[in-house]
Amino acid sequence: MSLTNDQVRGIARLARLRLTDEEVSEVSGKLASILEMVDQLQATDTREVVPMAHPLDAAQRLRPDEVTEADQRDDYQRNAPQTERGLYLVPRVVE
Amino acid sequence: MTTLHADTLAGLAARLARGECSSVELTRHFLARIAAHDDGLNAFISVLETRALAQAEAADRCRARGEAGPLTGLPIAHKDIFCARDTRTTCGSRMLESFVAPYDAAVVARLDAAGVVTLGKTNMDEFAMGSSNETSYFGPVRNPWDPSRVPGGSSGGSAAAVAAGLAPAATGTDTGGSIRQPAALTGLTGLKPTYGRVSRWGMVAFASSLDQAGTLTRSAEDAALLLSAMAGADARDSTSVEAEVPDYRAALETPPERLRIGVPRNFFDDGLEEAVAVTVREALAEFERQGAELVEVDLPNLPLSVPTYYVVAPAEASSNLSRFDGVRFGHRCEDPQDLLDLYERSRGEGFGAEVKRRIMTGTYVLSAGYYDAYYLKAQQVRQLITADFARAFEAVDLLMGPTTPTPAFELGAKTADPVQMYLNDIYTIGVNLAGLPGISIPCGEVTGLPVGLQIVAPHFGEPALLAAAHRYQQATDWHLRMPSAYA
Repeated sequence: MSLTNDQVRGIARLARLRLTDEEVSEVSGKLASILEMVDQLQATDTREVVPMAHPLDAAQRLRPDEVTEADQRDDYQRNAPQTERGLYLVPRVVE
Repeated sequence: MTTLHADTLAGLAARLARGECSSVELTRHFLARIAAHDDGLNAFISVLETRALAQAEAADRCRARGEAGPLTGLPIAHKDIFCARDTRTTCGSRMLESFVAPYDAAVVARLDAAGVVTLGKTNMDEFAMGSSNETSYFGPVRNPWDPSRVPGGSSGGSAAAVAAGLAPAATGTDTGGSIRQPAALTGLTGLKPTYGRVSRWGMVAFASSLDQAGTLTRSAEDAALLLSAMAGADARDSTSVEAEVPDYRAALETPPERLRIGVPRNFFDDGLEEAVAVTVREALAEFERQGAELVEVDLPNLPLSVPTYYVVAPAEASSNLSRFDGVRFGHRCEDPQDLLDLYERSRGEGFGAEVKRRIMTGTYVLSAGYYDAYYLKAQQVRQLITADFARAFEAVDLLMGPTTPTPAFELGAKTADPVQMYLNDIYTIGVNLAGLPGISIPCGEVTGLPVGLQIVAPHFGEPALLAAAHRYQQATDWHLRMPSAYA
């Protein structure tokens, strides 16, 4: 298993991670060895095996759709990098 | 008499109850220990002196009113993955370097309500991804038994803090061994409860189908004390289970009459260091002397647990960590040119190398065209591994074996090769995949370094698990040993 630098950049783009050139070459070898280790799974016969999503085989609990939380916007926005009048600010998206 | 910082929670609780010391005195003692010793260990990211002393004063007032419970006034430390209102919660990452939690995690709230004092927040591998505490943005933690060695991870700060007597107990989280492995490497009792036993609310998410909160303590009795306060259903975590919480401490006194212990054959194969194998076998012999029956069992799919985990956990992590986008909280890059630049640079700067690798592994295995070959396949193998455990538990009450293949390794020894690092969790990871409870207890030393015995029980088998560990600790004293530099 090997990954080209371009493949690594492609994965990083999907993951929204900016990598330096140095990071790209470091990651490609390590990622390849991880995926190679993971490839051991392919030798296992899993026909008819139901995929397991939850360790206790429990169904997702439902609750009535009721408003239970008070407004805590000010509390939560204290951690935001940039806000204005209760809104989160990001660079202009639509010109 | 045992010094304060070498005592168990149960021992300290008895001193408080007898009026031999106050919670303020205890808290000051441990804060002084942290001030004197943490520079060499780097176990704490934040020390919460003011908050701790206020909690201790409140606990002493509570006791004076005659309203003290079993945990009132006992100081502990929290892994810095748990949100504690108005305190910094970093998860060991630059991404959350200045994040101040606006609410309490369920674990913190429950322990606060039980009167526990929070000394501080402990260092950890970044976003709990690591087995050596070397991936922390705040620097590695040193093992109190030998400062050239790692304390394990990801709950390495909690482990080092308790092992060195800077806190009598600490919380941790365990996704693939992150409580049991550091407990083994630092001579502690590390409990990972059944998946869903303790609420994950307010615990920074890594891999949500595996994450579980637990404890690092000096004894199984202390683990029982803390778990009794931590466990229970929580409407805010839909995967927390509604099963009744038993009295874990009472369960310590009623171990099963004729314990049948399964010993997985492949826990003792080539990967296990010989001296560790000898030590663990000696511990098993102690259980035999106490009347237990040892039965060899097979877990044929267990060798696949590491590859399974390294699909499932990174996949869930890549999804969970998408919330760190530089918009609502966490690190934001300088002068973003546009939204994509904001996302990519904030994340590129905020996350460390190991976290980026896992996000990318997860992104890869979930990407179009690969989903069936990796994620679906891993979920199927996960089913097979879980079935292996279920089959074993038809014939035995508990499983026992080593927690780790070797004692604590040197800093830097495994950082170059991530797969070597991942293999350190070979005996612990399967337990998470199956959602089972597990505990590591100290059972000996190899060249002056602690060795851990792992005990695994069926789902919700914590009472039997803790009772077996407690009974062993009644007959032995490995769990009470401390590294001489900190005794």
